[in-house]
Amino acid sequence: MPTYNLKVNGKLHTVEVESDTPLLWVLRDHIDLVGTKFGCGIAQCGACTVHIDGVATRSCVTTVSRLQGSEIVTIEGLSENGNHPVQAAWKEIDVPQCGYCQAGQIMTASAFLENNPNPNKSEIRSAMKDNLCRCASYNSIEKAIEVAASKIK
Amino acid sequence: MKKSNQIQFSRRAFIRTSALASGGMLIGFNLFTACKDDVVPPKELIDLSQLNYNDFNAYIKISPEGKVTIFSPNPEIGQGVKTSMPMLVAEELDIPWEDVYVQQAPLDTKNFKRQMAGGSRSISLAWEPLRQTGATAKQMLINAAATKWGVDATDCSAKQGLITNKVSGETLGYGDVVNEAATLEVPEKVTLKDPKDFNIIGQGKNNVDIDEIITGKPLFGLDYKEEGMVYACVLRPPAFGQELESFDDSAARTIEGVIDVVTIGEKVRELLKKEDLHWSVNIGSSDKVVVIANSTWSAFKGKKAIKAIWKNTSPLESSEYHSQELAKVIDSGDFNTLREDGDVKQAFSNADNILERTYESTFLPHNCLEPMNFFANVTDDKIHLVGPIQTPEGSADTVSKLLDRNKEDIYLEMTRMGGGFGRRLYGDFVYEAAEISDAIRKPVKVISSREDDMTTGIYRPPTKYKFSASIKDNKVTGYHLKEACINGNSWPQMSNFFPAGAIENYKYDIAQVNSNITAGAWRAPITNFLASAEQSFFDELAEELKIDRIQLHKDLLQNVKGTTDERIQYSPERLEGVIDLAVDKSNWGKTPEDIYQGFAVYYCHNTHVAEVADIKMENGYPVVKKVTVAVDCGVVVNPLGAQNQVVGGVIDGLGHMMYGELTFKDGVPQSSNFNSYQLIRMNQTPYVDVHFVKSDIAPTGLGEPTLPPVGAAVANAIYAATGQRLYKQPFMKYFKPEALKA
Ligand code: FES
Ligand code: FES
Repeated sequence: MPTYNLKVNGKLHTVEVESDTPLLWVLRDHIDLVGTKFGCGIAQCGACTVHIDGVATRSCVTTVSRLQGSEIVTIEGLSENGNHPVQAAWKEIDVPQCGYCQAGQIMTASAFLENNPNPNKSEIRSAMKDNLCRCASYNSIEKAIEVAASKIK
Repeated sequence: MKKSNQIQFSRRAFIRTSALASGGMLIGFNLFTACKDDVVPPKELIDLSQLNYNDFNAYIKISPEGKVTIFSPNPEIGQGVKTSMPMLVAEELDIPWEDVYVQQAPLDTKNFKRQMAGGSRSISLAWEPLRQTGATAKQMLINAAATKWGVDATDCSAKQGLITNKVSGETLGYGDVVNEAATLEVPEKVTLKDPKDFNIIGQGKNNVDIDEIITGKPLFGLDYKEEGMVYACVLRPPAFGQELESFDDSAARTIEGVIDVVTIGEKVRELLKKEDLHWSVNIGSSDKVVVIANSTWSAFKGKKAIKAIWKNTSPLESSEYHSQELAKVIDSGDFNTLREDGDVKQAFSNADNILERTYESTFLPHNCLEPMNFFANVTDDKIHLVGPIQTPEGSADTVSKLLDRNKEDIYLEMTRMGGGFGRRLYGDFVYEAAEISDAIRKPVKVISSREDDMTTGIYRPPTKYKFSASIKDNKVTGYHLKEACINGNSWPQMSNFFPAGAIENYKYDIAQVNSNITAGAWRAPITNFLASAEQSFFDELAEELKIDRIQLHKDLLQNVKGTTDERIQYSPERLEGVIDLAVDKSNWGKTPEDIYQGFAVYYCHNTHVAEVADIKMENGYPVVKKVTVAVDCGVVVNPLGAQNQVVGGVIDGLGHMMYGELTFKDGVPQSSNFNSYQLIRMNQTPYVDVHFVKSDIAPTGLGEPTLPPVGAAVANAIYAATGQRLYKQPFMKYFKPEALKA
């Protein structure tokens, strides 16, 4: 089996997996970072979103063989103490219901705000439309992104 | 209305305490039953996994530092009970919320009573006993302090974790007297707070797992891991009505990481021969091929590589067939009458006019975002089960029968659930996990792919309603509801919802259509579509009568006021209250020209709700801009959680009525993942404006009741905008691009 060196949250991990293994399962099953969630496996729900070189990416369809040398950041590494402005806003608004989609939402939102620190409502709504929340916490997510944006300013 | 703070209860029956050897006090209590005579909580407590939940269904520990830990075994499915229930204890115990810790407790299953988070009733059931438990603990702490000071307990008061000697002004922390308090008698009587003195109940509190959720800590079933654990993926029949005939696993076995391929199903069939168990066991009766691997990805790949041959064991059904059967039954079927008042036949034959309409819904999958999964480790002396399940007790019970093992051997731990919506009431995936681990004698995590989850579900059944109303002298004199539903029906109490009691001649009939497709509870069972149909019908009825739709409801509610009919489930006053609030807050009838409004009011799951939808037509499509919701759920324990649930229910309901549909062709579900099944997304989501009726009546649940009315509010708004009545879900079918061109 091939071996890959992955840089996740600033740490180097060496994993031995088949080359077609999606990053999602490498994270979850092989390096014990289970914050990144499985929802659909086909890039439709956003539960598995991580940052690859700063870009919000669906880890369920990103095979491990493409990732040598990339900077991968997962929800566990988004901030030192869970105090990234997006996380702080999520807490302030008490966004989660079941909570399952929220790591993906936070990762999408944080990458989005990085590029557009001052979004309007319709920009938020279209940036977040690829992240499903089965509990429909969308109103709160929208509000929390506005709060996060004001924190970043 | 009785004032809860004036009632005094006998405490001894359900609360016991012990002094912990390590210091502090452990209180064991039962929510719904008395304790057995001779039981006390343990005196040694190293970690919470030592606690058994046979004698008590929850524990509170007060440490010598004054910190309070609540071991709550109630499953959390996003309904926030894990937050709101401890709030009740903390309120009466009178401690700062910051000093309260809540931990999900594991479950030993013997004698375990109602640890189920299905339905919206958890909070109503817990309202009195949890507050009494908190108040009792507080009284014991006060008594201990009074003894220390040599004063009467009535000369002491307690607040925010501090006891004050009202005579001398001295204070003691709870932690300072907890060791003494633990040795005292449980007081016979305590007084609960007056709701106006609440300072935790009614304050918005964050979800207790918030920090773990936003930092990605392992919380959910899918996150659970153990040393030596393997992964399993189950290949089930692709069509309802099929069973496994044979399979070839040679390709699967060559896949890197695949450890073994086994079949299960035998144990379930054996069990079904012996016992007539709840039907959710039954869905496992075909043999299934299980791929065991050392990672999820390998298990998924292995499953895809299995070549299986299936045989038809019952007719393969398609959606057209379901529709035809429902139509047949509604027009000619044998009905069971759930309720009949007056003489409906007479009323209809005397009528000036009869309004008759039918409404039809579709199958819906639950689509919990966390696919079904469970961990099992079956060994000779123990069965360890871990995962997200809403019915731990029943599932453990079935596993003990399935594997012919003592119930005492089973140790079930509940994890946080990535959504429930009714799906996790059924333990089919728990039995599978147990049967697999028994077969391979390894710790195993069974994981469904999204496709498995969506295509082997227990669906919301399609239902057809026919409503008829007889009108005489411009008054509604009779009302007849007929229901035809696949593998299910209304529960008896639903026939006592509005408009029962409001219309003199009234009849509620149900009939079932049998199918080999599994159907079951889906968020707000039955009412999720019944409300939508009924409140669309009332909109049309008001139009027929040429009276205002709000007025029609109010007139009818007048007839129920002061009723002595104890079967009536709803309160006409509380329905009126939510109607007024919704009308007021939505600017009903006073919106800009391009905004069209629709109204619906409904009682179900013990809560009264009215909703107004504001829509706008954009490029020929209805776009829901805002939904105003007025809710009467009694005391709002946690406004933050309550708000989340109300909004979630409304948007979830809206999404499914607009877009949700699972069709079948020859027994095969025609959607299998989110590219072929549409869930509502943020850019389609309206703003939900929530208003609670102020109340000090015992709280009722919020997980379900705001979902049912939204379909009608939207359908009625769409009618206002387009003149098109919507009789079939999903509504977006009426707005296909082709239909618009015509
Ligand atoms: S799991 Fe990757 S987008 Fe759904
Ligand atoms: S909070 Fe449950 S899926 Fe988003």
